[in-house]
Amino acid sequence: MSVDPVRGEHREIAAARNREELAALKAEGYGVLVDLTCVDYQAQGKSPRFDVIYRLMKLDAAAGRDLGRLEVHCAVGEEPVLRSVRSLWPVADWLEREVWDMFGVRFADRPDIKRLLMYEEFVGHALRKDYPIARRQPLIGPKSGDKANSPSFNILKPTITGE
Amino acid sequence: MPLEETVAPAGTLTTQLDAALGWARKYSIFQYPFVTACCGMEYMATAASHYDMDRFGAGFPRFSPRQADVLMVVGTISHKIAPVLRRIYDQMPEPKWVIAFGVCTCTGGFYNNYATVQGIDTIVPVDLYIPGCPPRPETVIQGLTLLQEKIQKTGGRPRA
Repeated sequence: MSVDPVRGEHREIAAARNREELAALKAEGYGVLVDLTCVDYQAQGKSPRFDVIYRLMKLDAAAGRDLGRLEVHCAVGEEPVLRSVRSLWPVADWLEREVWDMFGVRFADRPDIKRLLMYEEFVGHALRKDYPIARRQPLIGPKSGDKANSPSFNILKPTITGE
Repeated sequence: MPLEETVAPAGTLTTQLDAALGWARKYSIFQYPFVTACCGMEYMATAASHYDMDRFGAGFPRFSPRQADVLMVVGTISHKIAPVLRRIYDQMPEPKWVIAFGVCTCTGGFYNNYATVQGIDTIVPVDLYIPGCPPRPETVIQGLTLLQEKIQKTGGRPRA
């Protein structure tokens, strides 16, 4: 099996056992959580629908060398199966919030997780493939995107109200 | 003796109050730069000594909206920060003008997505659009002189 030099070895683990498996990998030397992200495979008809991806690196901190990488996939649906890995890597806190915000994937031990990027009033999860590409949810201003009380720039006929 | 000479001595110029105020205001622009993205670099280039926006009377950025009369919105505005921009605008005293600096503020630019305001004129009234991604300093200075023309013509009357 060929191993991608950047992404490293590809490995699939059961979502229900993600923390145990990742803790074992950390003990094995994969000490750096490079990225925690998600992919929506709805268009490919995959079931369960999402892959939550943990990208790990084995780092020789003394020599500053990359000793190998690993890409761990967990197939999950919308039900909260995964467990948080904040206790292993504190950086996972924000990354899990981003995965929840953008994809709506829940974590079993984080029932009150907060959005990271979007505002609290935002409805839905923007990077899901079934999120309508043209849907806009402005906090202020018209939903249709119409110009509000806007004097268009025209130096010959300045549209100043009250004239 | 003509009336003008009795009312106004020789060497003085009579004008409308609006025009005089506009003339005074257009050369003392105190801008508030609302910088959110890469256009800010171009704003700095325009303000710094090479292009020197100070030559046109707009050399002094105020970082309090209560002391500013031109709001320069520089960079992408997301829906999340839109209420903040509106509040900054509301805090500015009259008369005030708004410049949309760069395509992101004019129309959303190429960020036609769930997160970006599709033109700040949906949330605040805009007096001047400066397109470009980012606009060249020459474009900004041309825009500034056009805004000065507008200020001269309207005399800084507040919007109704």
